[in-house]
This record gives sequence, structure tokens and C-alpha cells, in this order.
Amino acid sequence: MIRETLFSLGSLYRDDLRVTGYRFGSGEKAACIVGAMRGNEIQQMFVASQIVRELRALEAQGRLAQGKEILVIPSVNHFSMNIGKRFWALDNTDINRMFPGYDQGETTQRIAAKLFEQVSPYRLGIQFASFYVPGHFLPHVKMMDLGYQSPELGRAFGLPYVLLRRPRPYDSTTLNYNWQVWETQAFSVYTTATEEIDERSARESVEAVLRFLGAQGVIARGLYGPGEPCRIVPENALVAVHAPVSGVYRRFFHPGDRIRKGQVLCEILHPLEGDVVARVASPADGRVFFAHHSPLVSERGVVYKIITGEGPVGSET
Amino acid sequence: MIHQVVCVNLPVDERMCVRKVRLMPEGPGASAERMRRICVVTGTHGDELEGQYVCFELSRRLRAHPELLTGIVDIYPALNPLGIDSITRGVPGFDLDMNRIFPGSEDGVLAEYAAAEIIRDIEGADVCIDVHASNIFLREIPQVRVSETTAKALLPYAKELNCDFIWVHASATVLESTLAHTLNSRGVPTLVVEMGVGMRITQAYGDQLLSGIFRLMHRLGIWAGEPDEVRAPIVSTDGKVAFLNAPTLGMFVPHAPHWEHVARGETIGEIINPLSGEGTPIVSPCDGLLFTLREYPLVYEGSLLARVLAKEEVRA
Repeated sequence: MIRETLFSLGSLYRDDLRVTGYRFGSGEKAACIVGAMRGNEIQQMFVASQIVRELRALEAQGRLAQGKEILVIPSVNHFSMNIGKRFWALDNTDINRMFPGYDQGETTQRIAAKLFEQVSPYRLGIQFASFYVPGHFLPHVKMMDLGYQSPELGRAFGLPYVLLRRPRPYDSTTLNYNWQVWETQAFSVYTTATEEIDERSARESVEAVLRFLGAQGVIARGLYGPGEPCRIVPENALVAVHAPVSGVYRRFFHPGDRIRKGQVLCEILHPLEGDVVARVASPADGRVFFAHHSPLVSERGVVYKIITGEGPVGSET
Repeated sequence: MIHQVVCVNLPVDERMCVRKVRLMPEGPGASAERMRRICVVTGTHGDELEGQYVCFELSRRLRAHPELLTGIVDIYPALNPLGIDSITRGVPGFDLDMNRIFPGSEDGVLAEYAAAEIIRDIEGADVCIDVHASNIFLREIPQVRVSETTAKALLPYAKELNCDFIWVHASATVLESTLAHTLNSRGVPTLVVEMGVGMRITQAYGDQLLSGIFRLMHRLGIWAGEPDEVRAPIVSTDGKVAFLNAPTLGMFVPHAPHWEHVARGETIGEIINPLSGEGTPIVSPCDGLLFTLREYPLVYEGSLLARVLAKEEVRA
């Protein structure tokens, strides 16, 4: 393993921002893994750090493929992480909305450009991402449906779902989108949490990525088992359940739970008087894919997303 | 009359409401269906306040002379009321820039739903003016920005707005989710005005734009008053605009005045480092008009310091 500062950025009164990369092996630029790009993506940095740890052990055991290089970048924006901000500390811009970057542009455009210069030559690109709506997810792989790659590839992570997203205009400046445009096979891996560390979900994600790298011949095959059977689901097939009223939110189900149509998924309480003012029933049989987790909810807020078309437990193919 | 465009309950005993003021002729025979309509919107970004004065003064002047009003004027002073009242650029609690989520979604979360309802309310108007105020970092001269794809249709309107500069910029996929793009694609000619600086109100800029709005309303048959003469704007494209980004970190101290001509090689300002005592002069790469100038001193490498419109494009 070679640890190196990929690039750095000076600051007037703070330490430099140093973006550190960990390289394993040499030869074909086979796979690049990017962790936290936002200051609150603690789980995403943690998962990437655990991959560094695992790859170091595999390297010592001689289990990395010959002639393949892997680059892991656990954190890009710890400048914001260290002061409790999600986006760039000075101007609140999102590095993950600046790709492919511009080396003569604004600061976060330059960071994106420097990062993209490092990560774009790789054949496979994996990013640990977070969503713009706060909540907990089932671990899954998300792929932008640009027509450049086969969703079937995503099955090799062994996570239960590959979500296909038809990109919206604001997606066109994300790392995932630009990786694909520049011919990297790009995958976003979502773990359960963002701002807190969920070790179980992190472990699943670490194994999923290493299983995928094994299937792609980047590390030894078969080290991490087959994983779970996988369904490829268009993102717009998820059934969104909205809060009919605002108030205090009491959640009854978690990501992964099986639910029946009509089951009460959550209650909403009057915030000042304490009475239950709404019980939200599931509109369909299915499995909880996303669950809101803040104690408060606004009217129309998405409290659950449900994957439908699931049979009884154990029947997936 | 004040109308609610969209209201959503927040978690604890508060409603988020986007409101508009509708001004129109009153009395027998006044039918909204037969009148032309202009929408003036602002406050998508909660730290941009220049449009607040424009909305106030537009409303005040119209109310002072209701006899001259011959069409409908809808004024939306705060598309992002939570942001404005909390000095937050975006929608508090929502990650995405509100001007990147249009046309919104009836099934979306609060900001997306609000965006959809705003579009629904404006649709059918004869023209819309979306007033922005740069951000807290940069000061802009009053200017209209239109994309290459809409320039042909919008330039005749833009030239009425009494701005000094019309910037015809390249189209970008990410900009397809702006309010202006959405409305333009739905048949509402929509002009984006940028002027001033975030968190401030520059009354002179507002008055300048108001002369243009009244002139445009006059042309559209919405205002029967005598309009002011308007300036002949410079119309330019991306290729004629020089960007000056910070070559180093520090505090930027401007030397050249905003909205003045600068010569090639002239010092626009200096990036100073109070710790080391070093200073880095920033010079103009061309003769031209200094139309953007950094307002907030702290800079990192890459921070935008200024934009200069090359001289051959500058009106004599």
C-alpha cells in the first residue's frame, strides 16, 4: 500500500486540506473507491477506511490480483467535517455538484477537477453516497441510467437491490454521472446511515465492495461469499408514503422490514398537545426501503419508501 | 390583494406560505381572463435581498396610480420564505438549491412541492422577471442573463429592462432545472436579472430596474403611464467575459471601482496575507468593463474575484 497526498489546498488560518489516497497494487487502473465528499458523511468515510484496512490485510496475504491497481480516497471534504458543516465551509457549495470540475474555476470546481483527474482513469468507480433527504436506507447500489453500462454488473455487490435512477438535470454534475460519461463503470453504494456510524451496515458495505472487486478479478474471488439475491428496481417504482400532517413522528418499521397493505407504519402526534393526529397506513404489501428518522416531520414529507412486488421472506430470485 | 400560492405545515405550529400580491384594474368590466399578466418573482435564494426593494417599490408605484394599470401584475417577493427569514441561501433543511429543483413535483417533499405550485401559479403569464442578487461574495452591475437557446426570443424583452448588460450564456444541462428554464420551456418568456450583492439592498439598482419593468409593462399593455427612456445595453456572450479567479489565498482588497472601465494590466485589487505580510496584486487581463467585483474579502485559491467584459464588446 502506498499512502499519498493526492492534492492539497491552502487556507489562510487553518491547516491545509490534504486529500489522501491509498494505492494498492500497480498496473491497470482497475478500481477507485471514494468515501466522504460531504462534511456529514461520517459513515461513508468510516466504510472507506475499513476498506483500506481490509485491502491492507489482503495485500499482506497476497490476495490482490496481479497487474491491477486500486485507489481508495476515504475523505475529500474533512475541512467541513471538522467544523460540523455538510458543504464547503466558505461558500456552502457541494463538491459533489461540481463535476467534472474546472481547474481555472471556483474553489470547489478546482477541488472537483483535481479529484476527477485522479479518479477518472479507473475502469470501475465506487462512491459511498448520501441522499438529500434525511433517513435510513436499506443498503443498496444505485446506478444512473445513462445507457452506458449494464445494471446486471451491479448484482455482483450481493446487496439486495440495485436501484436504477433516471438522472435529473441536477444529477449531471455529480461524480457518478461524470464517471459514466468518461467511461468508468460507476456505482453509488448507500449504507444505512450518514451522520452516525452503523457498524453492521458498514460491514455489509465493506463486504459488498470487496465481493464486487472479487467478481471483477481485482482481488481474489470468493473471499466474501455470494451475498444476497439481488433485484434491479427502477427508482420510480418505489412507492413513496407521505406524511398527511406535520408533527412529532413515531416510527414503527425499519428498513428491511416486511409490511402488509393497511399496516400502520407510523404515527404523527400533535407537537404541543401530545395526541395522535394521524396514523399512516401502508398503501401496499412490500418491504421498507427508506424510513424517515427525524423526530419531527413536515406535512408532505416522505416518511417511507416501499419496494413492492416482494414475495414472502426467502422467495427472492 | 394578497394570495397564497402554496402553504405547507411545518412540524411545530407554523405554516410555510409563499404569497403573492396581485394588482389589477378594478371595477366593472375588469376581467382577469382578458388581461395580459406580468410576474415579478424574487427570493429563491434566501440571502438575495435586492429584489425586496423592487417588489415594494413596484407595488407602491402601481397603487399610487391605479388608473394607469391596464393588466395584471403578480408580485412574488419570497419564493423561499424560510430562507429569507433565516438568512439561508437554500431552503432550510433541504440540501438542494431551490433553483435546481424546478419544475418541482406534486409528490415531492416541501421544497419540491412548493416549486411545482409556484410554476403552476405563474404558468400562462405573458412574461416573468426573476430578480436575483448574486450572492454574498460578489457585486454585480444590473444585468439580464439569458441562455443561448432562449436568446432570440428573450432579447427583445431584455432590452427593455434598463440594464447595462445582457449576458447570453451557454446552455448547461444542470440549468434545465431552474425556474427560468422551466417557464421558458412552458411558453412564459422569463428573464433572469442579476444585480447588486447578497444580504444588501442597493436602492439605485432597484430604481434602475424598475424603470425597465415599467417600460416592459407599457410595451405589453399592462401599464398606460409614460415610460422612462432606457439604456441601450451591451449584449455579449461567454467568450467576451474574462474571469479573474484568486491565484492564492488571503483577503481580497479591491482597488478599482466596480462598474468602471479598467485597462489591461491595471491593478484591480490585491490579495493580502495578514500573517505573512505578503501581497499579491490582481491585474486585469484585458481592457474592459469591471462588471463583477468581489465583495467578501476571504478567498481560497480559485475564489472568483472579478469579471471583465472585454472592451470590443463595451458600448462606446
